[in-house]
Amino acid sequence: MLFRYLFILLFLLPIKAFALIEVDITRGNLNPLPVAVSPLSIDNESKKNFKKILKKENLGSEISRIVENNLKQSGLFNPLDKEAFLQEPDIANLKPRFEDWNLIKAQALVTGKVTFIDEKLRVEFRLWDVLAGKEMMALAFTTVPSNWRRVGHIITDKVYERLTGEEGYFDTRIIYIAEEGPKTNRIKKLAIMDQDGFNNKFLTLGNELVLTPRFSPTNQMVTYLSYFRNLPRVYLLDIETGMQEVVGDFPGMTFAPRFSPDGKKIIMSFAKDGNSDIYTMDLENRIVERITNHPSIDTSPSYSPDGKRITFNSDRSGYQQIYVMDNNGKNVKRISFGNGLYGTPVWSPRGDLIAFTKLHKGKFYIGVMRTDGSGERLLTENFYQEAPSWSPNGRVLIFYRETKTNSKGEGFSAKLWSIDLTGYNEKMVKTETDASDPSWSSLLSN
Amino acid sequence: MNLSKILKNAFLIILASLVLTACATKKTSTTGQIQGDVYTGTDSIEYLASGVPDRVFFATNETVLTTASRETLRKQAGWLRKNSDINVVLEGHADERGTREYNLALGERRANSAKDYLMTYGISSDRISVLSYGKERPVDSGSSPLAWSKNRRSVTVKAN
Repeated sequence: MLFRYLFILLFLLPIKAFALIEVDITRGNLNPLPVAVSPLSIDNESKKNFKKILKKENLGSEISRIVENNLKQSGLFNPLDKEAFLQEPDIANLKPRFEDWNLIKAQALVTGKVTFIDEKLRVEFRLWDVLAGKEMMALAFTTVPSNWRRVGHIITDKVYERLTGEEGYFDTRIIYIAEEGPKTNRIKKLAIMDQDGFNNKFLTLGNELVLTPRFSPTNQMVTYLSYFRNLPRVYLLDIETGMQEVVGDFPGMTFAPRFSPDGKKIIMSFAKDGNSDIYTMDLENRIVERITNHPSIDTSPSYSPDGKRITFNSDRSGYQQIYVMDNNGKNVKRISFGNGLYGTPVWSPRGDLIAFTKLHKGKFYIGVMRTDGSGERLLTENFYQEAPSWSPNGRVLIFYRETKTNSKGEGFSAKLWSIDLTGYNEKMVKTETDASDPSWSSLLSN
Repeated sequence: MNLSKILKNAFLIILASLVLTACATKKTSTTGQIQGDVYTGTDSIEYLASGVPDRVFFATNETVLTTASRETLRKQAGWLRKNSDINVVLEGHADERGTREYNLALGERRANSAKDYLMTYGISSDRISVLSYGKERPVDSGSSPLAWSKNRRSVTVKAN
């Protein structure tokens, strides 16, 4: 609902053709770009109004903090301490004194202004190249005040895009499973939050076991597994309306669902008489197609972004390995040949890589390989972790990890973690409760 | 596979510790045993009727029934024949050392191994339904070869 209210009203200036600062995101970035995010300036009248509506003392500072935090979390930028800033926000936004910003070693500067106009929140911001003394970008948005956090994320996306040349991933959400209670009787709820952990909401009450939610790559639909009435089935949920339905009419357990890249089909496993095979269901005409027909376990299917191929998990060689095939089930090829077991293959939104979970000698790894199985790279090793999900720009993976809560190996906690494709910038993603099975949404503003 | 080597070592360690604890307390009986990666103890087992255990155990990544499992299932089949009004759900489980989705399939396959065996002893498939929990409902929350062996199971539960 909220998303529809957000629209860009004004495009102040065209993006200049020369890019002087550039951030290389293809390597592990050990020298993040120093950037100054000035608090957005705000006039007293607007301040008063926003305080009344949003209970925020200074909305300009709040939004700039969102931008700052996002940039820091990306690992590519180093937001500088605001204490060191010499120029007032309102003047900086008009014309920065570049020598002042140069002095504190800022290479890029973000400035802006927040106003309350006709019950709406208007935000303008500018990105400056400090060394060249030039404006790189200027944009303005008008939206409902309650969207203020999203404004911070959209500004970050624009800054990230301008400086790295790649699409951002900040105006996004994560759907996941919130967990609590003992391992033998774990309570699991479907939950959703902004990419930075704010605006957390529980979507189910925890009365039935729920697992593996996945976002549609095109809209705000979610598919997941629910044990409603002790019948494990794949469900489709519209998170804007709360409407949900069972996917297909299968005489047994359906699981491991994912959307096709156009969002029109769900691909999943159906288990019957001890055998799991892969099926698709078209969400428009409800036609069910069988994709694999093999006495082994075939599960965890994931489409390539062009929809022409599918990667999946099968034990047809004796143990869990990763395979690829055409979208009609033809030309099945095994691609994982390293030591150990391989599971949960997920095709990158850029198309060139498949992320996976690997089990070897009692350890779990999150890794990536090319779609022909070459170039295997393990990004992180731990006692127990699995289920990577790609950021919409294919630069970051989010997954979950279980750790023991004390040194004797007793107790456990499950948390979401993110890691850059380069293997750097591994970070825990804060959640209110224990969490597992994360899935990243596409950009909301698209 | 290396896993079997690890498990063999773990088995020896557990055997050794059992001997030690047996010396210490003399009370420790046969609970907490694994043989060839399959749980052979009695901990966590419940009984459908006197002498009819409710569950069978599996080796890592395996779905084949052991000799002991077949014996348990023959007892269950006998009990089901005598109690023809009772229907059952076979709940299949996996240990935590696997990916969630694969384990759901594995649990389904384990429960079906048990179902197939009951059917060969004359129990109609109409009376048996199958439900996989994958690794979602361990009976032992520990992270040791012994805990995992107890969790790789198919449990026969009365449905009515």
